[in-house]
Amino acid sequence: MTWEEMNPLLWEATGQTALMVLWSTLFTVLLGLPLGVALVVTDRGGLLPSRLLNRVLGLIVNIGRSLPFIVLMIAVIPLTRLIVGTTIGTFAAVVPLTLGAAPFFARLVETALREVGRDTVQAAQAMGAGRWTIIGKVLLPEARSGLVAGLTVTVVALISYSAMAGVIGGGGLGDLAIRYGYQRFETTLMIVTVVVLIVIVQLVQTLGDVIARRLARH
Amino acid sequence: MIDVSGLHKVYQDRGRRVEALKGVDLHVREGEIFGVLGQSGAGKSTLLRCVNLLERPTSGTVSVAGQELTALGEAELRRARQRIGMIHQHFALLSSRTVAGNVAFPLEVMGVGRAERAARVAELLELVGLADKAGAYPAQLSGGQKQRVGIARALAGRPSVLLSDEATSALDPGTTQSILALLKSLNRELGLTILLITHEMHVVKGICDSVAVMRDGLIEESGGITELIARPGSSLAAELFPLPAPESGAVTITFTGRADEPVVSEVVRKFDVDVSILGGALEEVAGVSAGRLRVRITGDERDAALGYLAARDLLVEVAP
Repeated sequence: MTWEEMNPLLWEATGQTALMVLWSTLFTVLLGLPLGVALVVTDRGGLLPSRLLNRVLGLIVNIGRSLPFIVLMIAVIPLTRLIVGTTIGTFAAVVPLTLGAAPFFARLVETALREVGRDTVQAAQAMGAGRWTIIGKVLLPEARSGLVAGLTVTVVALISYSAMAGVIGGGGLGDLAIRYGYQRFETTLMIVTVVVLIVIVQLVQTLGDVIARRLARH
Repeated sequence: MIDVSGLHKVYQDRGRRVEALKGVDLHVREGEIFGVLGQSGAGKSTLLRCVNLLERPTSGTVSVAGQELTALGEAELRRARQRIGMIHQHFALLSSRTVAGNVAFPLEVMGVGRAERAARVAELLELVGLADKAGAYPAQLSGGQKQRVGIARALAGRPSVLLSDEATSALDPGTTQSILALLKSLNRELGLTILLITHEMHVVKGICDSVAVMRDGLIEESGGITELIARPGSSLAAELFPLPAPESGAVTITFTGRADEPVVSEVVRKFDVDVSILGGALEEVAGVSAGRLRVRITGDERDAALGYLAARDLLVEVAP
């Protein structure tokens, strides 16, 4: 395969990966952040302790995290049809990607929020702050460096999950590597694809690290 | 100003029952600095947290500024807390906010508008001497500066009461003195009532008008600090003026506010006795000098001499 042949394939696949990762990152945050907050506030000694809710949420998160992504992707096909209207293609992949990453991100959110001192929360309570104020103005801002670090890890995981999206016709770089590189023995394309993936992951991680470090400075 | 009565607090910790407060009564008068002194584990921190209901007492009532907090609903309690300032041992500042942002936080909670907030923050920072640090982050400040931010923040809602949770325990001696001086001046100038808990005698000695000694979930003794020292068998006096265990017959004289009276030489002149000094300590307490003197009195007129001392309104204790 020549460069001229590879180029359009690579661009298309990179675009598909970017699309999948960006959309699923957005939905992962929308789903995982509240879930992580809920895990912390419903815990014993939290702002709104509820043993039952905490157990149920914990169980859901653990189930989500223990399913292999490839199994999850097939298992949620009915849900994907319900939400997207189709079960194949790049957008269809966003549903399982989100469901796979949200529980993972929720645990990272939980860990980041637990780093906020009990002192700090109690001080806000002593000033008469309500639960929502404490979540919005104390817990989340104080944990922001940890949240960014968690998000970075999640985005990298999403890039890696998205490589499996070829199974449901999602396309992307992983799919390209399998179809051309592996099944058609296009070793050069395979290597180029892997290099592109490495560069993307490297960029995401570096950017995340820089932001997290800047936020942690204070 | 603060009335606590019949306070019990029981924790259930993995099936184990821990009784942190075993029936505590506390009365803090308006405008005074009241210190609760005790070792860690004595229950003083729990007591303080019960005053603004960060901890719900198992039974008993708490009133602050005439309002019974234990009877309030959640929303009313939040409003009441806005009028009770609190400062913390480890400052509990928001690391993601600047000094000005930290002081503005309680004002945001109260719903104060942006312009008024900025004016009030500037005023508060001026008050605690940190006007030039408004844009700094807590990580850039020294311990003493952090506690000043904590104090400014606690005063934002113009509270009538300030609760201090070991506010100087994490500070070095020099900084401790400057924070105590600041608290004392706030007490004088704003008429702020302060309830502080501490395990450090010098805090009580330095700024408290009244004191309660806590041990094992109970208040052992409480009252005006000079009055307490003059009370027979006072553990506060024993701790404040540490003297070795007395030999049999040794006389301990405790005096408050009259350190310059020549009582010993008077006794020697008036009675046929010898006085030898075994030990003594003198301290400035609540603005007056107070002390204890341990002496041995021998001679024929020993009893008369002791009677004379007791009649002079000094606390005279004779070791058995």
